Amino acid sequence: MKYAYFPGCVSQGGAPELHTATKLICQKLGIEIQEISGWTCCGAGVMQEKNQLFSDTLNARTFAKAEQAGLPILTICSTCQGVMGQANLRMKRDPEYLAQINSYLAEEGLEYKGTAEPKHLLWILIEDYGLDNLLAQVTRPLSGLRVAPFYGCYIVRPTEALDIEEHPERQTSLETLIEKVGATLVDFAGKTRCCGFPILTINEKNSVAMVAKHTAEVKELGADAMVTPCPLCHLNLDGYQPKASKQLNRSINLPILHLPQLIGLALGFSHQEMGLQKHIIDTKPLQLKIGAGS
Amino acid sequence: MDVKVNIRRYDPDAGAPASFWQEFSLAVPETATVLDALIQIREEMDGTLSLRCSCRSAICGSCAMRVNGHAVLACKTRASESLNSEGVVTVEPAGNMPVVKDLVVDFDTFWDKIRAVEPYLQPQGPEPEGEYIASNESMLHLSSVTACIMCGACVSDCTVLEVDPTFLGPAALAKAYRFTADPRDGDAAGVSQRRLEQLSLPSGMWDCTRCNECVQVCPKGVAPMDRIMALREQAISLGLGDNNGARHAEAFTESVAHSGRLDELRLPVKTVGMFNLPALFSFLPVGLRAMTHGKLPPLVHKSVENVQSVRRLFSKVSQPPK
Repeated sequence: MKYAYFPGCVSQGGAPELHTATKLICQKLGIEIQEISGWTCCGAGVMQEKNQLFSDTLNARTFAKAEQAGLPILTICSTCQGVMGQANLRMKRDPEYLAQINSYLAEEGLEYKGTAEPKHLLWILIEDYGLDNLLAQVTRPLSGLRVAPFYGCYIVRPTEALDIEEHPERQTSLETLIEKVGATLVDFAGKTRCCGFPILTINEKNSVAMVAKHTAEVKELGADAMVTPCPLCHLNLDGYQPKASKQLNRSINLPILHLPQLIGLALGFSHQEMGLQKHIIDTKPLQLKIGAGS
Repeated sequence: MDVKVNIRRYDPDAGAPASFWQEFSLAVPETATVLDALIQIREEMDGTLSLRCSCRSAICGSCAMRVNGHAVLACKTRASESLNSEGVVTVEPAGNMPVVKDLVVDFDTFWDKIRAVEPYLQPQGPEPEGEYIASNESMLHLSSVTACIMCGACVSDCTVLEVDPTFLGPAALAKAYRFTADPRDGDAAGVSQRRLEQLSLPSGMWDCTRCNECVQVCPKGVAPMDRIMALREQAISLGLGDNNGARHAEAFTESVAHSGRLDELRLPVKTVGMFNLPALFSFLPVGLRAMTHGKLPPLVHKSVENVQSVRRLFSKVSQPPK
């Protein structure tokens, strides 16, 4: 199994532990990943406010590079996944638009033929790798660990850009993986809501209120941790949880895991290898519970 | 077909009003909608069940409510497609509005916000001699927004309204776009500067999180969030950039156009403004925590390889079409 790896900006900046954990678990699982050379930002839904054409053109450039390498694209971020899916849909639906974009790419000798189908690691593990194969590699079942899912908006909506009709199992993919690695699922209605990250620097109070709402809710349901396939959610749910605690006027202390970290812990990696020490919210109680010493 | 309808009920006249769940088991035709099932419950099982409905054809917008956690028109939702593995469908009142009784919510705040965006044409230029001319193209463009039936599904599931009731919300902002994008509104060139200034204020267009809930639940394809994005584009192109939202979009694009990737360290600084000392100061605790945990974005932001091609792409796509 080999993929064109699209790390996304956050795994290169504010959440380096995501990149490290991804590389380690892919190696262990035998999933070969080759970083797309010169990949650019997906636009994160922000650039479309200023210049959607630029955002779509950059994604077409990334898609064209993966096509050249003859590899399917692996993403590790709900936002990248969604934004790329939406850009792809616009181009596939409108051949004239694609032709216009290809005219810009021609100078670099690139052409996007419209065959790319970016796929999040979350889906790849289930659809391509297979749950049975994954289970066979689990050496430390996370039994007793109570884990809540948190998807990140763009990997659940809008459904037309995510092939949900063809893959309805994607809507419960995170719950499936939580249970597959032996943890106990803490289900809650907020799992598909917004973490607030996109408005963090625009309306911090509202953004932090969303963090407070979701983390406090699952904490009350007895969760030991929350897991997310979206590093933007992670930045907010983990990094701004101290502010959320202040807003609520009580402590929350809910460790937030990146998806590859949850898988990695079950594959036997130590908390150090998975970069849990880089989190803002202390993960020690969680480590003690599963015996993931360094 | 046997169905179980689990309804969140509320009666303000009860002794100690609190919402409670009540499950009804009934047989409905295979083709029944959730609304059909609810009406059958009201007529045959419990006459005290309150709900709003009228056309039963997804035209009037009366029966928006949450089915299995998401806002829908009950008349446009098949019961057979809404059952879980135990044959249960869950029905709740629409969210983000106070419940009057059972499935009936109070729309006062909804209408207040629609009124707040002054939902009528306001031409500011000189009056034409004949009628106002609008191109077919511009009217076709507006047809998706004018398809709104004011059902409140988008407002029900808006993630911002959940934490901040002052937000104008998806329905009112989409309605506002219906006028800012109308060539007959605003000045002679169809520019609605005053509207866009108003909409740029706090609780307006920049408070949307882009979560796509409204796009997903709208039963009419209005895609309110896409209209909010279009409002933002209009505001930026008019130079209404003196707010964090506009600065964020500008600085984000500038960063990617320059280096190919996002400079996470400088983006927040440019968003609040380089000289906004109180805001910059408020970043310090978060920045320090990130630094001590070894996750501060790199101080020196590197460009992607062959970044010249990215810069050239940006200048090409930014040229006005010939």
